[in-house]
Formats: sequence, structure tokens, C-alpha cells
Amino acid sequence: MNRLTATEDKLPASVFGLPTNFLKMKETDDNDKFLHEENKKREATAPDGSIIEIDPMQDYFCDARPQVSEPYKIKIVEKFLNWARSESIWVLGFGTGCGSIEIPPLVTPRFDMFRYGVQMRPTPRQSNAFIISGYLSVKTLKRVIRSYEQMQSPKYVIALGSCTINGGMYWDSYNTINRLDQYMPVDVYIAGCMPRPEALLAGFGKLKELIKTGRAEKANEYVENFDWYKANQKKIIKDWNMPDYNW
Amino acid sequence: MKNFIKDLGYKFNISEIEYQRKNLTFLTIDKENVVQLLAYLRDYEGFKHFVLMTAVDWIEDGIFQLTYILNSPEKKIDLGIRTKILREKAEMTTVHHLWNQVATYQRELKEMFGIDFPGSPRVDESFILEGWDNIPPMRRDFDTKKYAEETFFPRPGRSTNDPSEYMKQKLYPNE
Amino acid sequence: MSKKHWLNIGYDRSKYPETGSDGNLIIDEQSHKLVKVWQGPNHPGVTGNMSVELTVSGDEIVEGKTHVGYLHRGFEKLFERRKYIQVFPTCIRLCVAEPDYNEYNLAASVEELGGIEVPETAQWLRTLVLEMARLQSLLRVVPGQGGTTGLGLGVQWGVYLRDLILDRFEELTGGRVYHMYIIPGGVRGLLPEGFKKRMKANLKEIDKFIVDIDNLMFSNVVFKKRTVGVGVIDPAWVDSFGIVGPNARAAGFKRDVRKDYPYLKYEELDFDPKTATESDIYTRSRIRWHDLKMTVDLIRQILDKMPDGGEIRAETPNVLHWKIPKGETYVRAESSRGEYGFYVVSDGTEYPRRINLRGPSYVHAVSLLEKMLVGANIADVANIMVSLQTCPPEIER
Repeated sequence: MNRLTATEDKLPASVFGLPTNFLKMKETDDNDKFLHEENKKREATAPDGSIIEIDPMQDYFCDARPQVSEPYKIKIVEKFLNWARSESIWVLGFGTGCGSIEIPPLVTPRFDMFRYGVQMRPTPRQSNAFIISGYLSVKTLKRVIRSYEQMQSPKYVIALGSCTINGGMYWDSYNTINRLDQYMPVDVYIAGCMPRPEALLAGFGKLKELIKTGRAEKANEYVENFDWYKANQKKIIKDWNMPDYNW
Repeated sequence: MKNFIKDLGYKFNISEIEYQRKNLTFLTIDKENVVQLLAYLRDYEGFKHFVLMTAVDWIEDGIFQLTYILNSPEKKIDLGIRTKILREKAEMTTVHHLWNQVATYQRELKEMFGIDFPGSPRVDESFILEGWDNIPPMRRDFDTKKYAEETFFPRPGRSTNDPSEYMKQKLYPNE
Repeated sequence: MSKKHWLNIGYDRSKYPETGSDGNLIIDEQSHKLVKVWQGPNHPGVTGNMSVELTVSGDEIVEGKTHVGYLHRGFEKLFERRKYIQVFPTCIRLCVAEPDYNEYNLAASVEELGGIEVPETAQWLRTLVLEMARLQSLLRVVPGQGGTTGLGLGVQWGVYLRDLILDRFEELTGGRVYHMYIIPGGVRGLLPEGFKKRMKANLKEIDKFIVDIDNLMFSNVVFKKRTVGVGVIDPAWVDSFGIVGPNARAAGFKRDVRKDYPYLKYEELDFDPKTATESDIYTRSRIRWHDLKMTVDLIRQILDKMPDGGEIRAETPNVLHWKIPKGETYVRAESSRGEYGFYVVSDGTEYPRRINLRGPSYVHAVSLLEKMLVGANIADVANIMVSLQTCPPEIER
């Protein structure tokens, strides 16, 4: 697995509106068979009576390549921004596995994570941290990737439980991934099955420390090694029927 | 319970009876008579509650065993109805018209075992897996460990021990 | 002729959805009068990691399809590769909300097939653990129903009290969520010193909570408006769909495994599961509230009646070489959601041939939910799902 160098990847996919076909999924017929009905090319009648052609994979999704979010040039401003980011970790409320049972204790008075500026948000657009709570089945991984890519940079991933580290209990299962860091960049691992709420709070503390010192750069790593991650993801998601990048 | 099973034996061709508990009995019956038996039990004997339906893969005999467990809320007894179908041509008559939830079970069996139930609603839609391109995973000849090692990226350094061997080495090596 | 829309959209929505000649709604996706909405898997309104594909006309649902499989770990395949004692730590992860029923069901079926009698004290301890599991689950679910209608306060109370029960679990078993306390032949340990006293102090707090949640939730106007008469289960569906537990009891069927097929020490305990006839969300929620009250009472009875010491494990063969005799069985227990059963097939080796789980959600969240969603309002989907107490991992395993 040789990672592509950063310079190759940083090339913007679309320059002055040139077509960006090379980024899209291979445009062959065998790919179309996985497409959902609503994502197939079709003709539709507009309210004014004219017939228009719709190709949802091209028209509805942005196909520009993700960009590295550079640090702010003035150092002190970047430091201030990092402090602000570390004090407002907004977590996407997507319970991907059984670790999500320990989230309710965290938002209730006993372990109250809000005092550290951590709170749950209902949509990826509002959140900047993603808790992968335990094992990930292939079907969920597909949704997780989409949710992760919809989140705004800077964004962080916390992987919970031993299942995300090496497969844990389900190391020999045919439907759960073994190592999360092959498919998504992980900032902080929290070990345990399942980790206690205190461990989660400690994990948030660690993430804060990383953000404050400017070391939580995994989202940029994802952008830099985008092709490598995509190749890994496509290896196990056999029915790839979504755009490669869909923020 | 025993009298009831005896009466049932006069009406249907039951090949094997196994009394497991005082309120649980397993019957084995031909594939062709299953639907009649289930309908009879539901309509005339009060076995209204369909508990579960599943398959067991006896690969060495080349058959799938299908088990339907019915429960009678009034008599408070359970009846397990077993039938055997060939592994090569795995096909079974659907019973989705008797209970509403059966279609889900049959959809799962189609996906996980590859047993076909012609006529069952949405039986060909995938239920649990997505984009699966191997043999149905619950069949005994599917090796999940091999598949996982080939498909996912195992973290190097993980070692496995057979627990009985390992404990013998650790605890009583001289025996 | 119906009134034309002032925006001049061109479609007349007043007639939709139309009913066809067979009594079912006509679902024509090409008509542009229906919208497809996915609720889940990333959605605050679904119970766990599952999704519902809704086809809506306006805000009325004309078709709902449950999609599961996001939590599929291939448990039943993994069991085939593990020895019986290795299955225990794996199988409890089948349902994270109440893991102890998995342990009990597997232990009971292994004991039945292997012919092992469980000692008296171990049976009492098992009963206690199962009731504690029910209590912690209900403490999350009863106020959770209010949470779906925007009443977050009860959830805060309930989850805090659930944590106290988890502390008792930790004291007794060493684990907070997953306990692995029930093993074939008995349980792993006796009650620690002072456990009964602390448990009773916790129960006192829960007593207060039961009164408070009654005042907070069940007399709340918003909660009543959102739940009374919504999500009705027709009593005729109970048998034709296989509905169990509180959902069946709310429809007037007295189905409780603890009463019908007494296991462990439930015969010696005094309890009476409540039934009702209205069968809407409010009634189901109320039945669960009664269950909560009953569970607190049951735990008090168990603590009073159980012996202090004694044998907690029966003699078993070496679990690593234990060949379970050939046979099959079905064992059930009453979880907080209803009948929870294990179908175990042994082929006479150290490895199980097949272990199949019958979870109540398999029926409640797939075929029943799809039926109930038709005609419901899109705002009530979360409400209905929580009222069925859906737990996705037991559907897909």
C-alpha cells in the first residue's frame, strides 16, 4: 500500500470549470447497476412543460476534490482559533455501534460532558467531531463515510472500543471491519469494550490537548491521501453507488 | 401433551417425535405437509403465536433443517416443527399467508442461507447485507475467518490461542 | 373542481394519497406527488442504528420500509466457531440495552441440554440480575417516550437513576454494561457486603422518580396530545404479527413469560402484570410505567426472600472440553420488550451447531412497524418507534 504523495493529490480537480471525469466513479455499465433508482439518468418534465435531462450523480453532487485547510498565517490567530475549536467539540449524534449506549450518561448530570464544551448535534453540518462508537459493519461504514465527508473542516474522529482498533470481539466476522484507520483518519482511540464514560471524558481531554497544540491534523491527512483511502473503502464496499466526494 | 401429539399423529404423517420438555415437543414432518400442518395447528388447535422460523445447515447430510416453532397461548405449550430440504435445490413452500411476520423470516433465510421461498413478498430484496457477492454467509462451507482475513486489514501482531490448549500449557503442563 | 393553488404548482394535492380498488393506497413514484424521506440511520429520531424509508404525501406516510443490517456482526456465524463458554462473552453483545437475558437464555439452554440443576441461591441471584436489567432498561425507556415529544427532563432523571443501577451491577459483577455474570451451572459470585442496603436506598430514589414521572409526563398536555390515539395496534394484529410483551399487554392480551412459563424463582414472587385495552402510544407507555413500578417491587421481594449464602455453582464438566449432548431446545425469558428466546441446536460436539435468537424487535420493528406507519404523520415516526421499544441489534444479529 503505497501512499500517494501530497503534491499529486493537492491538484485541484476542477480548474475553471473543466470537466472532472477522472474523479468520478468509473463510468461503466456495471457501476450503474448499483445505482438507486433516484440516482439514475432520467428525463423529467419541468413545471413549465419543457423536458429536461437529469443526471443526479453529476448534477446533484459536488465533485470537486477536498482541499487541505491551511492554518491561519498569523500564528497567534491560529492559536486562538485552536483554543476556540478545542472548547467547542460538537459531536455528531450518530450511534454507529453498541458504544452509543454510554452516550446518554454523558449528556446527563452525572458525567455531564457539556461542562467541557462537548455536545451532541443532530446533523453532520453542525458538528466537527465524529464518535465511531464501536464495531463498524460494512453497511454502516458506507453511511459513516458520507456523514464524515459532509462535516466541515476542521473535523476530528474519535474511535471507541477495541473493535475499531483491531476488530475486537468480531475480528473474524465477515461483516465488520478490523481497523478503522484504513478507511478513515482517526485522531483519538479510546480502548475498552465498552469504554466507560470516564474514559470517554479522558478521550475528549486528549483530543482537546491535540487541537490546542495544533496536532489534530488527521482531516488534512485524509485529504492528502484521499486516493489511498478511497481505494481501501471501495475494496470492501462492493456496491459503490455514491459520488466519490459529496460535501 | 402426549395425547395431543398422538391425535396429531393420526391426522398427519409425523416421522419423528422428540419430547424435549414438558411443554416443548419437536416433530419431524415431510416438506409437503408442513403448510397443512401449520394451518391446521393455527386454525384448529390454537397455536396462534408464531415464535420463530430458522434453518440449520447439516452439511454432512446435504440437507437444511427448517424449524418452525409455534406456541399456543391458551394451552401454554410449544411445538417445534422440523422439516428437511435438500441443500442443492434449497426451496420451500412459503407460509407468509398464515402469519404476517413470516415474510421477514423468509427474506432473511433467502439471504443468509440461500433458501428460496417462491411467492413470498420482497423475498429477493436484500435484508441485512448490502452488495454481498459471496455464497450465503450462514452456510457451513462459508469460512468467515478466511473471508475476514482476506477482505479487511487485520492488525499485525494479533495472536489467537485455542483456549483448552493454552490453559493446559499455563495451568497443568505436566498432565 | 378543487381549488387551484395560488402558487400555480399545477398539481392538486387535496386528493392524495388515493385509495385503489383493493383498499390499499396507490403508490406511484413517478407521479411527483410523493416524496421519499429517509429517517435514519443518522437521525436523532430513530432508536439505534437503523433506518426507515418513508414515502410521504404531504406529511402523511403512504409507505414505510424498515432497513436494518447496519449492526450486523454475523453473530450466528461466529457462534459456530466458538466453544460454548466462548459464546457467553460474545452473545451478551446481542442486545446492549439488556445483555443479561442473552446470558440467561444461553445458560438455561445449555443446562437443559446438558442436564444440569442450578442451585437455589444461584437461581435467586439470576432472578435478581434479570430484574435489575429490566429496571435499568425501563428507566431509560419510560422517560425516553417523553423525550421523543420534546420532554427532555424525564430523560435526565431516568438516565441518572439508571447509572445508579449500573453502579450496583458493577459492584456485583464488575462490569457496567456487559456483565457476564450468569454462567452455565450458576452465577459468578455472591452479593457483596452491604449490597442489599445500597440497592434499597437506590430503590427509594426510584420510588420518588416513579411519582415524579407520573406528574411530569402522564399528566402533561403536550405528551397526551401527541400520544393518545396515535400509533394504535389493532388487537387482531397481536396474533397475526406475533406481538409480545408490553405491546401485547397494552392491546388487552395478558402475555408474560414470567407468568405463563415460570422460570427461575418467579413462581414464588407476587406480581401481576397490568393490561389495558386502548393500545395507543400513551397506553403502552403507561404499561411500561406500571412495569417499572412492578420491577421495583419485585427486586424488593427478591432481596427479602433470597438466602444469604449457599452454593452458587453446580458441578459442570470442564467447560473447555464440555461436549453438550445432541439435541435442540428453545428457551425463553421475558425481557422488558417481551418474549426473548434462544433456539439452540447441539450436534454433540464442543461447538454449538446453531444458536438463533428470537427477539421481540424482529417482529415489532419490521413487519409491524411497516404496517403501523401507513397513514401516520411523519412527526410521529420516532414516537411510534420508541413506543415499540425497538432494539435493532436483535433484528439483524
